[in-house]
Order: sequence, then structure tokens, then C-alpha cells
Amino acid sequence: MIPEIGHFALILALCMALMQAVLPLIGAARGNIQWMQLARPLAHGQTFFLIVSFATLTYAFIINDFSVKYVATNSNSALPLGYRISAVWGGHEGSLLLWALIMGFWSSAVAIFSRKLPQITIAQVLGVMGLISIGFLLFMLLTSNPFDRLIPAAPDGRDLNPLLQDIGLILHPPMLYMGYVGFSVAFSFATAALLSGHLDAAWARWSRPWTTIAWLFLTLGISLGSWWAYYELGWGGWWFWDPVENSSFMPWLVGTALIHSLAVTEKRGTFKSWTVLLALLAFSLSLLGTFLVRSGVLTSVHAFATDPERGIFILAFLAIVIGGSLTLYAWRGPQIRSFGKFQLVSRESLLLINNVLLVVACAAVLIGTLYPLVLDALGLGKISVGPPYFSRVFVPIMIPLLFLMGIGPLMRWKKDDPVKLMRHLRLVLLFSFIIAVIFTWVATAELSLGVLFSITLAIWIVSSALLNLWKRIQLKNNLVTGIKTTPLAFYGMTLAHIGIAVLVIGVTFASAYSIEKDVRMDIGQSRDIGGYTFRFDGIEDYTGPNFQAKQGKIIITKSGKPVTTLRPQKRTYIVQSNPMTEAAINPGLFRDLYVAMGEPLDAGAWSIRIYYKPYVRWIWIGTIFMALGGALAVGDRRYRLAVKKKQVSLKNDENMEAGVS
Amino acid sequence: MSANELLKYFFISFALLLSLGLLTQKNATAAAVDPLVFTDAKKEARFKNLIGQLRCLVCQNQSIADSNAELAQDLRKEVYDMIIAGKSDQEVIDYLVARYGNFILYRPPLNAQTFLLWFLPGILVILALFFVIGIIKKRGRQAQKVTLDNKAEDRLNKLIGPKF
Repeated sequence: MIPEIGHFALILALCMALMQAVLPLIGAARGNIQWMQLARPLAHGQTFFLIVSFATLTYAFIINDFSVKYVATNSNSALPLGYRISAVWGGHEGSLLLWALIMGFWSSAVAIFSRKLPQITIAQVLGVMGLISIGFLLFMLLTSNPFDRLIPAAPDGRDLNPLLQDIGLILHPPMLYMGYVGFSVAFSFATAALLSGHLDAAWARWSRPWTTIAWLFLTLGISLGSWWAYYELGWGGWWFWDPVENSSFMPWLVGTALIHSLAVTEKRGTFKSWTVLLALLAFSLSLLGTFLVRSGVLTSVHAFATDPERGIFILAFLAIVIGGSLTLYAWRGPQIRSFGKFQLVSRESLLLINNVLLVVACAAVLIGTLYPLVLDALGLGKISVGPPYFSRVFVPIMIPLLFLMGIGPLMRWKKDDPVKLMRHLRLVLLFSFIIAVIFTWVATAELSLGVLFSITLAIWIVSSALLNLWKRIQLKNNLVTGIKTTPLAFYGMTLAHIGIAVLVIGVTFASAYSIEKDVRMDIGQSRDIGGYTFRFDGIEDYTGPNFQAKQGKIIITKSGKPVTTLRPQKRTYIVQSNPMTEAAINPGLFRDLYVAMGEPLDAGAWSIRIYYKPYVRWIWIGTIFMALGGALAVGDRRYRLAVKKKQVSLKNDENMEAGVS
Repeated sequence: MSANELLKYFFISFALLLSLGLLTQKNATAAAVDPLVFTDAKKEARFKNLIGQLRCLVCQNQSIADSNAELAQDLRKEVYDMIIAGKSDQEVIDYLVARYGNFILYRPPLNAQTFLLWFLPGILVILALFFVIGIIKKRGRQAQKVTLDNKAEDRLNKLIGPKF
């Protein structure tokens, strides 16, 4: 009975979404205030029914209701409660429900926090969001209903995939979806602006904080996925250029471009048309990612062809959303006029180059991801596109981007003096190089050209970001006033840019100086890597709540002194019975020690994987900096003032920001 | 420094950066747990690099370095044997491609089918640069026009007094 309530609530949510899409949009077109006013309550209504629906599915998981097919497929009575709850989004149907629920949350958030928006705008924005909800709710109800019954009920469930029984994967999908779906807000604002023809900078101003929030969640989501792959897959890799990863990386790249472009549009009134296009693209790529992951096309083009129901639906939906929005853009876009003027040496041109490079980088990832699919679908043979391709193509596009990241923020809007700037930056570059040499030498006791090059780039980004902050603070004569009056958004930008540099350092050192050994170890035998001694002290049995494990004991010492004892496991889950490697890691700011069990060999010996990974943690620390930077930017005073409904005239604000440059 | 000179400067440094990026790449590879013993560090490095670039044909997008599948283990052993026997990287690759087809290579070979795959990103970079230059030139012209207009206005102001 309870699951039927969930199903029914899902249908009601669809009805709400239908009304939310149709009535306010018609109202906006005809100037009917009453219909426009329906947008907000309908959005809340939709969210309410989605919460009910999601709650009933969660309840079915908690009470082990194996008469629900989805629960029987993705859970088991022996699964710990926490994982039973996270198993709600562990499979296809449930993760779509989570997608829809988060879409509801974003719609309600827009309804709540946009009190100052003109009625017609909010009606259009929520209307477009309703249209997107319809697509996903219909998809679920027609092809992927999580409430389908299993008759007769299964005696027990088939259990959640052991790989997903982990904190990283509990948090990864919600974060990722917050990002994906969050871009729908910018998309809807852009579409509303195109519909109404009011293509001034106002829509950019409104969508900026929303886009930044979506971006920071997407950043965290991708980072969590990478962290999870690092410790859970047991290979110590943190990025595989897997099509699933690429699907989330593409919207991130365009989203990053969008954040920068929105800033130019809001502050300078230029790049308007381009920003609209980016807003449409960022969400379209989120949908494309969902399509790639959810249609099964990645597993095999042929699987898609034999069971095409889901794939065809998403493909059609994709075509409607992307085709529709681009058609609208082609129709209205030419009316957009940008007024800003700028010269070659100006912050605008650098941000333009930033945008273009990010979009090209995204296109390169897209080409590499789709090319084998297209070739296979056309019957032209099967090829594999993997890490060697992406690092060849992607990294060269990133290098100029990183270099310009050091210059961009220092440059003035409209026009800067190239000679003065160059003199200035020459010193910073020299300084960065010297620091990089010292840093690399201290960190690795080696100097190689490639490593030195990327570390110099990283230090260059940090030093010019800090120099920029220092200059901003010094605008005021008094240091304290300077620190206080510098907008939070400025600190946010600085922190996010430093985050990129930290990430670059982590990637460089971890790729260049990791030591990886796969060795046979007898009991009591020792191996030395990276200055550490690993001693294998044998195997013990371990019993988990729903698995059996062989647990190795490895004692690590450094020049005789004990460092830690690691206990990696080789697990066999009772229901799904495939062996799982649970690596044991001793984390550190400057190095990780990573041990994973291989296979048992003769006479108590095991094959064991021992890794020494310098600076690998900096990769994720960098992404945390980036996300925090985003959070600071959203927490900026002008947005809080907007929420408090204090009247800050646009003009004053713009004057304030003009001083930023 | 004129805008044109700067543009040239920018192009040269851009090209330099690009080529530096192409030259200084390392392929990070993870290795699987086989106690395959190497006496020669160079051979070991080549082995690790190779197995990171070969696809495990029965897995869902894993290299043979990252897979526990039996096929991956066999392939690793095969690559190991060939390297120990003194075969070059290219010989190993040729042998595997002859047996399993190009699907096994994570770095697809350049041929008629993959021409676009390899060159499209580069073409896009070039198009993007032209796009950027076009926009900057257009905006720059507008800016100059405005400064002229301002000068003209100043002259007008002098001639007929400031407007209110």
C-alpha cells in the first residue's frame, strides 16, 4: 500500500509540473497576473509530492519491502541501515527520483529566494523549470518506475553493489545532481530572457549566485567521485577519463566558463549573447551526461539498440531541450546587443580567451567520449579512446589557460597598459620559477623539466592571485579597512584560483613521482619503497555485517621508527559473492601510503600492491578550496543584501565594483 | 608596444606553451598485482606504461593494468614475456593489434577513421583563436571610435560650450 502512495505522489508531482509549466508561461504571454502567480505555489506543490514519493521509497528500503522490485534488486536484509537508505539512489530508477527531487528543491529555492524578481520573470523561469521536470517525471513513470511491484515478493534482496557500499558513493550522486540540476536555473533564466526579449544584464545578475552554487556542488561531486575511485577501486588512480567521469566533467568545464562569462555580463554589460549560449550549453551537457550514463549506450551501443525504450526517450527529450533552446537562441539571439568596449589588453579579452579555451577543452572531451560510440554505431569498427588520448589533447589546451589565469585577475577592465603589466609580471614569473625550483627540490629531491614547468605554473597562479588580493586591500590606506572592505567574492575568487594551483601541484607530483610496486610477500618479509619499510605480518579472518574478509596486516616503519599498521582486506560479499579489494591507506598531507591485497600465493604468501603517492591529497584539497571559493562568492554582501530586501540601487553597486579592477 | 605586436607575441607564446605541453607529458599508470619480477628498471617502466595503454577487452572500460579479470592477467603475462624476450614496444603493440584489433589500444592509431578524432580538437583551437581575434578587433575598433567621438565632443564643447 505504502509504495502505491509513493507512485501516486509521483503522478501528482507530474500533474503539478504540467500545470507549473503551462499556466505561468501562458499567463506571462497573455499578461494574466493570476496565472503567473500560480508558479510559486505549484513549484512548492511539486516538491511536496516528490518528497512524499522519495520518503515512501526510502521507507520501503528501511523495512526491507522486497515486494518492490527496485528494493529487491538493490538491497538486502543484511545490509546495514545507512547503506539501505543510500541504496535508494544506488540504482537507475532511484537515482532518477533523486534527480527529480533535487529539481524540485531547486525550483522551490528559486520560488523562495527570488521575491524581488518581477512576476513575469519568475513565472517564466519556474515555467521552464516545470517543463524540465515534466521530462524527467514522464521518463520515470513510463520507463523506470521505482515503485513497480514484484509478484510474488522476493524472500530477500539481491543486495546493493558492494562498490557502492561506501560513504564516498553515498554522497557522490546527491552532490553531482545538485550541480547538474543547478545549471537548470541558469538555463531557465536564460530561456526566460530569450522568451521575454529582455536580454539586459539583469538576468545575469540573478543567475550568478545560483550558477555558482550549482558549480560548487558539481565540483565537490566530481571530486568525491575521484576520491572514491582512488580508495575503493583499489588501483590508486584518481581520474580515468572514463566516459561516465567525462559526462560530469563536460558540464563542469562549460559551467566554469559560464561563471566567468556571467561576471563580465553583469559588470560590463558585454558578452551577453555568449553568456546566454553558455547557460544553455551547461545544462544541455548535464542532460547529455545523464543520457550517456542512464541509457546504457556506454556499456554497448548494441545494448541500446536491443532495449531502446529508455534510450530513445532520453534522446528525444535531449533533442527537444537542446534543439528547442538553441532554436530559441537562433531566433532571439541576434537581438542581443552588447555595449561594452574593450581593447586587446584588457580583462575582457582574457576572460574571452578563458571562455573559449574552456569550451574547446570541453569539445575535446566530448569528441573523445562520443567518437568511439559514433564509429561503432555507424558500423565502422570498434576503437578505444582512453587516457593517452585525453592527456595528449586536453593538457595542451589547459596549459595556456593556467598561464592566463595568473594574468587575468590582475588586468584592468576595458584597457590596460601592456608595457607596465609586462614589467610587473616578469618579476612575478621569475619569482614563481625560483620558488618552484626550491619547492620541487625540497619535495622530491629531483628536478625534471616537465614537473618544473607545471609547478612554476601553479606557483605563478598562487603568487599573482595573492598579489592581486594585496593590491585590492591596499586600495584603502588602512590595512584593516582594506581587508574589511574587500568583497567576499574577491576572496572567493582568490581562494578558488589557489585551489586550481593546489590541484595542479597534486596532479603533477602524484603522476610523476608515485612509486607503485606489485610484489610477492611471504609472511615476515619486508619491502622498501619511498623511504618506508612495509612488513607483511600475515593474514587474519574478518567478519563484516554482510561480508567475509581476509585481512592482511602490514606494519610500516621509517628508518626503524613505527609509522602505522595497515589492514587491507579482500572481501567476499555474501549475496553478490564477487571478491572486492578494500585498500588500506595511511593518508598524509605530503604522501599517502597505500596497500591493497592481491591474490593468495603458495605457503601463506600473497601478492600485494604497495603504493607511495606523494601529494596525492592535494588534488582533493584543491577542489575543496575551489568549492569554498564558490561559497564565499555566493556569501558576498550584495547577495545577502538582496535577500534582506534592502534596496541597493544597481547603480551604486556597479560603481563599487568598478573600483575592484 | 602596439596591439599587433602584442598579438604576435601572444601567438608565439601560445604556440610555445602548446608544444611544451605536448612534450612534457607523462602517462600515469597503475599496475596490477602480479608479482612479475623485473631485473631491469627500464623494462619495468616500459611494461607499466604499456599495460596502462591497453584495454581489458572483456571489462567495462578498464586497462589491463587496472583489471583483475583473467584475460587481463593473461595479457599482462604476455606483455611481460614479450618485454623480457627483448621485443620493442611497437612489436608488442603490433602483435596485440593483429590478434585483437585496434579496440585494445587506448591510444587509437591515426588513420582515415580516426583522422577527425585526432585533428578536430586542434582545428577547434585554431578556429577559436580566430574567433577571439575577430571579437577583440571588433571591440577594439568600437573603442577607438568612441574615443574619437569623445575628442570630437570635446572640440564641440570648446566651440559651442558644454551641453547640459
